[in-house]
Amino acid sequence: MHALKRKSNIYRVGFFLAYRQIKRASLWTTMLIIAVMTLTFLNLVVVNGVLVGLIQSSIQAQKERGTGDIIVTKLQQKNQIERSGEILSVLEGLDSVKHISAKYIGSGILNADYRRKLRQDESPNKVGATVVGINPVHEDLITGVSKYVIEGAYLQENDTDGVVIGANLLYKYTPIETAGFQTLKDIKIGQKLKLNIGDNAKEVIVRGVIKSKVDENDFRVFMLDREARKLIGRTDSNVDEISVRLKPGATEADAQYTKQFLLNNGFEEFAKIQTSVEAQPKFLKDIAATFGILGNLIGSIGLAVASITIFIVIFVNALTRRKFIGIMKGIGIHPKSIEFSYILQSIFYAVIGSSIGLAVLYGFLVPFVDAHPINFPFSDGIIYAPLVGTMMRVVLLLITTVIAGYIPARMIVKRNTLDAILGR
Amino acid sequence: MSTTQEQSEYIIRTSGVRKSFVDGDKVTHVLKGIDLKIKKGEFVAIMGRSGAGKSTLLYQVSLLDHPTEGEIYVDGVRVTDMHEDERVSFRLKELGYVFQDYALLPDLTAKENVAVPLIMQGKQISEAYEIAERVLTRVGLGHRVNNLPSKLSGGEQQRVSIARAIAHEPKILFADEPTANLDSESSALVLKIFQELHALGQTIVMVTHEDEYGKATDRVIRLQDGQIIRE
Repeated sequence: MHALKRKSNIYRVGFFLAYRQIKRASLWTTMLIIAVMTLTFLNLVVVNGVLVGLIQSSIQAQKERGTGDIIVTKLQQKNQIERSGEILSVLEGLDSVKHISAKYIGSGILNADYRRKLRQDESPNKVGATVVGINPVHEDLITGVSKYVIEGAYLQENDTDGVVIGANLLYKYTPIETAGFQTLKDIKIGQKLKLNIGDNAKEVIVRGVIKSKVDENDFRVFMLDREARKLIGRTDSNVDEISVRLKPGATEADAQYTKQFLLNNGFEEFAKIQTSVEAQPKFLKDIAATFGILGNLIGSIGLAVASITIFIVIFVNALTRRKFIGIMKGIGIHPKSIEFSYILQSIFYAVIGSSIGLAVLYGFLVPFVDAHPINFPFSDGIIYAPLVGTMMRVVLLLITTVIAGYIPARMIVKRNTLDAILGR
Repeated sequence: MSTTQEQSEYIIRTSGVRKSFVDGDKVTHVLKGIDLKIKKGEFVAIMGRSGAGKSTLLYQVSLLDHPTEGEIYVDGVRVTDMHEDERVSFRLKELGYVFQDYALLPDLTAKENVAVPLIMQGKQISEAYEIAERVLTRVGLGHRVNNLPSKLSGGEQQRVSIARAIAHEPKILFADEPTANLDSESSALVLKIFQELHALGQTIVMVTHEDEYGKATDRVIRLQDGQIIRE
């Protein structure tokens, strides 16, 4: 009981001293320390958030502009999704499903030099591409692809000759020339091209160019589904790919539930059914993991900087008050009270700095960058800062701060009392 | 006189206290075997020339420093081998200090400076403030309780320092040259407070180099070259 009361006194005095030291400290000094802590916190969260956000936005874009919530594709050994009609009917009957886009897919060649005779040493201006036959309205509801037309216009429902070309197929937007990677040069809106799929060919007109930073769109050529079907030579009603958008607010768990429903109907024998998370390209997952590690590494450096900053602040503070620390010990204030007062001051700086950082992060930075993404070449960068991860960083910063505040306080407090009083 | 009688009569007893400082190869012997007895309720002045060892002796008997050799008993307790934690606790409960340069905490008001040791002793803040205000009024600073030290004159700061030293009713009040930084008017006021405390039975051990103040005490212990030359 006596020991408990003694401990309570130690902490009470520590709090008493800390509160008054903070209250009566120079406002500018306090603001400067808090500013340093705020910036340190933002460095800890934002650098990591931008790095991971770079990939996270790609993953998000993949889902929003590419696969939808669920993507149904043909099995590897098959040429099409068998029983497509049944699958589509089941999907249409599900309450959780909002939009469906069924697509025909074929490998084609777009040729811009089909009207003139080439010299013997001249290569034709042509490119191999994945040709996708879509219902423009359905596809737009799933992927919002019309928003990403950067030149010309999006496909119209009755435009039987029109195509929209992904920007990665055009030299103008992807100026790369290697043996294995060809692009079309000098293509203009309204220009006619010859599209070959297998033995079938059709003269098409370029209506627009898409750049959505999602390969599923930017490496593809879009045309009307019925025209693509003819070119591919499909005679039955089966399609090659079905994108499904669930109702707003649907989670990965909801997507898994819908997927499971399709599997329970035995459709896995006819199609590969994946959620958007499962359909993520492996390289994206690898890069996300790599950037996560990199972000943590940079975050660790930020944390070290934060702890050194707090260490210096508390050390200088304690050193300049060395005489008063000696006096306090001299008049009987327990050393632990003095140490505790410095720990409380560190916590104060860390909590206020982190709180301001949190407000800046979630009140300004995240929504602002969400609304105005950073225009990276392959993705629209956002700040990926999930609350749980951020709060873990706050706790980490607090723990580091407590340690960084305690060590210098301990170093000064444990010095000889009389030497401290006399300034020796 | 028996040991028990000695214990009850003398609040401070030292025997063979030596203090030496080592600086590289050089050893300076500041106290050279001090045998000292101070009675309860006595007002004692330790005097001597600069470098005689008066402050060093005060630091040893007030538990602010450890002697190199010798024994010190305070209120019958052998304090020489006390652990630092015990010394802190002992100083808090039994001793009061008045330093030459006032030694007030700059972030705390006069009242808070006086209240801190009381809170450390376990008093509630409101109770500690009440006591602090009462003691500050007693030393003539009832109107300055909420002032920071920087807003007080030297004499006022020293009176706050005295208030802090006596608020918890210590057994011994130690004062190290308490008037050295004060003008004659403030010095006289401080000495008057000490005499009033002494009249109430407070044991006071004061280091001073001014004969005039020495005369106001019960007894003067004169030091020279680390030894007591006259009592």
